[in-house]
Amino acid sequence: MAATKEKPEQRVVGFFVAAYEQLGLPRLIITLFVLLLFVLAFIMKMDLTILIGDSLVRIGMNGVLALSMLPTIACGVGLNFGLPVGVIAGLVGAVMSMNWNLQGFAGFFVAIGIALPVAMVAGYIYALILERVQGQEMMVGTYVGFSIVSAMCMFWLLAPIKNPAMIFAIGGQGLRYTITLDKTFAKVLNNFLAFDVLGVTIPTGLLLFFALLCVLMSLFFRSRAGLAMRTVGSNPMFAKSSGMNVRYMKMWGVILSTVLAAVGIIVFSQSYGFVQLYTAPLYAAFPAVASVLIGGATLKRATVGNAIIGVVLFHTLLTIALPVTQTALRGADISEVARMIVSNGMILYALTRAERR
Amino acid sequence: MPEKTVSTAARPAKAGGKGGVNPLKQWSVPIFFLVLSIAGIIAAGLDINFLIHEITARFGRNMLLVLSLLIPVMAGLGLNFGIVIGAMAGQAALIIVTHYGMEGLAGFLLAAIISVPFAMLFGYLSGRILNQAKGREMVTSMIMGFFANGLYQLVFLVLVGTVIPMKNTVLMLSSGVGLRNTVDLIGLAGSLDRALDRLWNGFVMGELGNIPIGPWRIPLFTLVVIVGFCLLLSFITRTKLGQEMRAVGQDMNIAQVAGINVDRTRMIAIIMSTVLAAWGQLIFLQNIGTLNTYNSHEQVGMFSIAALLVGGASTRRATIWNAVVGVLLFHTLFVVSPLAGQRLMGIPQVGEYFRSFLAYGVIAVALALHAWQTKSENQ
Repeated sequence: MAATKEKPEQRVVGFFVAAYEQLGLPRLIITLFVLLLFVLAFIMKMDLTILIGDSLVRIGMNGVLALSMLPTIACGVGLNFGLPVGVIAGLVGAVMSMNWNLQGFAGFFVAIGIALPVAMVAGYIYALILERVQGQEMMVGTYVGFSIVSAMCMFWLLAPIKNPAMIFAIGGQGLRYTITLDKTFAKVLNNFLAFDVLGVTIPTGLLLFFALLCVLMSLFFRSRAGLAMRTVGSNPMFAKSSGMNVRYMKMWGVILSTVLAAVGIIVFSQSYGFVQLYTAPLYAAFPAVASVLIGGATLKRATVGNAIIGVVLFHTLLTIALPVTQTALRGADISEVARMIVSNGMILYALTRAERR
Repeated sequence: MPEKTVSTAARPAKAGGKGGVNPLKQWSVPIFFLVLSIAGIIAAGLDINFLIHEITARFGRNMLLVLSLLIPVMAGLGLNFGIVIGAMAGQAALIIVTHYGMEGLAGFLLAAIISVPFAMLFGYLSGRILNQAKGREMVTSMIMGFFANGLYQLVFLVLVGTVIPMKNTVLMLSSGVGLRNTVDLIGLAGSLDRALDRLWNGFVMGELGNIPIGPWRIPLFTLVVIVGFCLLLSFITRTKLGQEMRAVGQDMNIAQVAGINVDRTRMIAIIMSTVLAAWGQLIFLQNIGTLNTYNSHEQVGMFSIAALLVGGASTRRATIWNAVVGVLLFHTLFVVSPLAGQRLMGIPQVGEYFRSFLAYGVIAVALALHAWQTKSENQ
């Protein structure tokens, strides 16, 4: 036993070196920060079950949006900052479904059913734009997204919808900024088969839906089409010479991403209980981008695992940062600040680190 | 593959390529926005005197911020969304000056001096980051702006009063931690605009025949300062440094071979841009008269860039005249569109959303056109 006196230290150091190499500095910091917050919460005797339950809900509701980053990264277009294009399509579906007063799962699935074709058309147009601006997809995508959101602001204001529950109380025209889903499909997924374990409510349906899409996604990446897409992304020259249609695969990547974003925002809205219109989707892409990057993706390579790990880490951090820091710092709210620094810092890290073209 | 024209203007028969630039093509974007502005003015039924009053004020307010974008474009860094960081440096200086109760032109100049070390440090750090992200400087500078905004809020919302010892009941929240949302700059308001009041207060009101002229208020000294900066910028382009920047902007590899220190040149360009942006934000805020501690800087990058692009600039070519024309046109639309929305649709918000659509859309289209152009040139 005496001989091993040195060893534990070495082992600890070795563990951290290994962890550092595996995770990279930013991921390590974020993981430690999440653990620190949990320790703080435990020390201050906060109700951990609520924190964990809330985290699970947040993970489920943001998961699909993060998944939607994968196809564009895989096909070589990069991070899809134009996610609002798909988000808007999803919102159109949700608004239509609400307008018809469809309740429960009917409302949810009709919303998705309407959103899918809209997202496919919007995604196709968006893909045509991105195809022409190769090399600047991220920048152009960001501003295409911003433009769509502000153009749709005018649409929400002038939309010919007369449902009194959805339009402004005064004036008789224009959809409200946030519309409650209480009477239609709020929390249909969250409450589906939900049960309690040790006081933690598990949003079974929500997590199952996310898991289902994860499985479908990884099956897709193993399929012929998925492999072709990944080849196009990682080595376009090779893909071209082996007879793949690079342009076609890239367009499908963008369309798939847009469609997933549309489904993602509907899942998000049903869990949140409200549909947020107007400028709310403006920055929708950023948490999703940050999630996959935190999960270990780069600008050129991303797996379903990256998306899952990233969403779990990032959204657990965001969920528990607010109550914990509020208790610890007596009122000062740093969760918003933490969100900005963590998500943008992570994107910045990826942008400066990635392999040169 | 045939070369694609991307301009909306008619393509002349022999517009084969890189030779002479067709003036109609070069100015097609401003002409389009001029037409849009005139249509808006007519639709809104706007009083021209009111418009001129607004535009002079906005011109003085925004011009230096837009000018701060020119140097990075010249050095091939594209549109520097990171001027937001310069604006933060300016605001930090302004908060310090206000805290010590400095007033008037002396206070303003002191703020301008204090902002320089901040801006240089931030510019240096930005430059380091951008040198690691060659080829995607614009998206990196944009994210850098968001990131810096997080740090800014951390400093002024959390650290002030806890880590940074500061006591000031006027500026700070009642809890003693963090700054208030708005800081009244009453001692500094108009300090630069009206510095020449003893000569002439810049107030125009009268009649020419039967046509009323005014009331306009011309920010005289600010305009003098802006003209000074324009001269300085065109001087810099003629110096050795300016030529090196151009060379780097044309082609980094060739510049490197020719013995130019590419990274250093790009660094200097970003530092200069950041310092100018800090001063630009000071001019902006002394004209407005209040500082929205957590919001004043947020939109600065986007609006300045949109204005420059409306003036016909691209991500690789931007002149002082692009900046002048762009600020005038963009802010005309800015004033006009809510009023036009009110008149045409009966809902002022439509015009407001149209305005932000315009700002975002202009940037999207300009970036897309530019990327498209570079792509077809390469093929």
